[in-house]
Amino acid sequence: MEARAAADLALELSFKAMKEKGAPALRESAWQAFLRKGLPNKRVESWHYTDLRGALRSIAPLAEASQPAPSLKRNGEALRLVILDGAFRADMSDVAAAPGEVAIQSLRDALAEGDAEVMKALAPQGAATEDSVVALNAALMQDGVVIRIRAGAHVERSLQIETLTSGATAQSVFTRSLVLVGEGASACIEENYRALAPSGAQENSVLILSVGASAKVEHIVHVEPQSDDGVRVTSLLTKLQERASLDSLCMIEGGGLLRRQIFAELAGEYARVGFDGASLLRGKSHADTTLVIDHAAPNGKSREKFRTILDGESMGVFQGKVIVRPGAQKTDGGMQSKALLLSDGASMNNKPELEIFADDVVCGHGATCGRLDADQIFYLEARGLPRHEAEALLLEGFASEALDAISDDAMRDRLAERVRVWLAEREARR
Amino acid sequence: MQVPTMLEIKNLHVSVGERKILNGLSLTVKAGEVAAIMGPNGTGKSTLAYVIAGREGYEVEGEVLLDGENIFELDPNERAAKGLFLAFQYPVEIPGVATMTFLKAALNAQRSARGEAELQTPDFMKRVKEAANKLGVTQDMLRRPLNSGFSGGEKKRMEILQMALLGPRFAILDETDSGLDIDALRVVSDGVNALRSSERGFLVITHYQRLLDYIKPDTVHVMAQGRIMKTGGPELALELERHGYKEYIGEAA
Repeated sequence: MEARAAADLALELSFKAMKEKGAPALRESAWQAFLRKGLPNKRVESWHYTDLRGALRSIAPLAEASQPAPSLKRNGEALRLVILDGAFRADMSDVAAAPGEVAIQSLRDALAEGDAEVMKALAPQGAATEDSVVALNAALMQDGVVIRIRAGAHVERSLQIETLTSGATAQSVFTRSLVLVGEGASACIEENYRALAPSGAQENSVLILSVGASAKVEHIVHVEPQSDDGVRVTSLLTKLQERASLDSLCMIEGGGLLRRQIFAELAGEYARVGFDGASLLRGKSHADTTLVIDHAAPNGKSREKFRTILDGESMGVFQGKVIVRPGAQKTDGGMQSKALLLSDGASMNNKPELEIFADDVVCGHGATCGRLDADQIFYLEARGLPRHEAEALLLEGFASEALDAISDDAMRDRLAERVRVWLAEREARR
Repeated sequence: MQVPTMLEIKNLHVSVGERKILNGLSLTVKAGEVAAIMGPNGTGKSTLAYVIAGREGYEVEGEVLLDGENIFELDPNERAAKGLFLAFQYPVEIPGVATMTFLKAALNAQRSARGEAELQTPDFMKRVKEAANKLGVTQDMLRRPLNSGFSGGEKKRMEILQMALLGPRFAILDETDSGLDIDALRVVSDGVNALRSSERGFLVITHYQRLLDYIKPDTVHVMAQGRIMKTGGPELALELERHGYKEYIGEAA
């Protein structure tokens, strides 16, 4: 009880500090929403497999932006937008290189400006309003990036939001970013999460992605390895209008406690979403992917394909809920989660759910969890591959199934290379 | 000049748990020979193929010599590198692994195990293309994940393509005719016949005589009750086609 009180007190102090930093009404109502539920523990159904309250017994102080800009390696050709230690860094970002149809500003500036459309979009919405961690993020948001893409624009270069931590000691980071994609526009948004120093950061980040009618968005997230005492929750809140399309893919390399949550609302007719994910877990990693797909309009389509490889004593969680609202006829939903366990100590929890309130829909889900297939291994061995190579090839193939959706070859190769590195590290440890 | 023995199976006993599958099977195949094994269902033909290739999960007694060397001490990949090839009755689907990636990995694993240099990509592509053209394996099949969504006939063609690329010393074809229509049977058989050579041996396992119209065997062995019951020339296959396996099954009863 004492530890819990200490955590609550620390969060309250953070709230008092952030309350002065713009959007007081939004922060206050979010804080009240958070207080009603508090940090989720295992008694909260949607958090049953991930005890966030337990992991956050000791709350790290709010990150403070400081330091001169560290030099960063570039990942591909993307237009880079850097959030370092909870602060948007214009000096490290390519804001000036953005094309005319893309408006970029820091969240801090956007809150100061108070544009009605932005303020409305920043507030929690849909199924995400039930989640106290998303509410806490709104109450404590330090900074982030706000991107507005004009209707009809075809943005060639990917926009890459890099969320970095550099502190030598543990710190809390709350970032909230917003991407508004205008009607008929197309763009690729990348998110990259990386720790420049192994500091056990506590990160709570939210991306709100609003996809206008007939707009087309590709979204690629890479969560790089984090330290064992790191705690990270990343939430994607997305809403799609009529005939909008979103392909979102996330690659997670484990470490510490990680939860990725997706709240997607298909608000317009003929909207479609594809969510894919590849998670590579080892050691004592805990990685939870929880998604809620809300079909609110007819003729929507959703596809989810998740692959998890677990080694060591890692634990994986996949919770996928597909809701089909009354009237959302002709919905076509398909969800698949497959996990491979490489060790006796690893475990996986798969929980697919369908809530269907319309009568003319096609929805299916499948979840499997198992070992590498002995027939497949023997087949490869019989063709001359030594066992460890046969296993590596199968594992790479298993993970890469989730990467197939990436349209850009260079980006897919980059993530596939991460899989190979991970497998090579596994081989080196044996 | 005496033709050297390529594969020699000596008094092979195989069981899984309490169940005895092979019961003192002996067989010799010479270099350049195509030996056919025919037998009723459930008599252990596929088990024989798996045991020679080195699959785990069997209790095995006896010896299998390839070019005079006992291969039972070797892992399946080591047997493959020695030149043993098994064309599977049911080739395994491997989603996520591109066919070309697999072919290159297999070829180079065998080459490196034999101390040969790895093939460079252009050379490799050329070899695949040539073999694929002969077997009617389309570019589309090569682009797909290994055997994924392939028809039965496509899978068998892919097996023969692999055999052509790997150029084994000794190949075992396990019911390669099953699931094939006449046209596919002809393509696959032509592929096998093209590889026949005085330097290579074949063990062709089949249930029906039909395949042997296309791949003409030098010797035919009737297998039943876990061992070879009778050995003869091609005429033995025709006799089996007329009279069935009754006389061999009945013997134990």
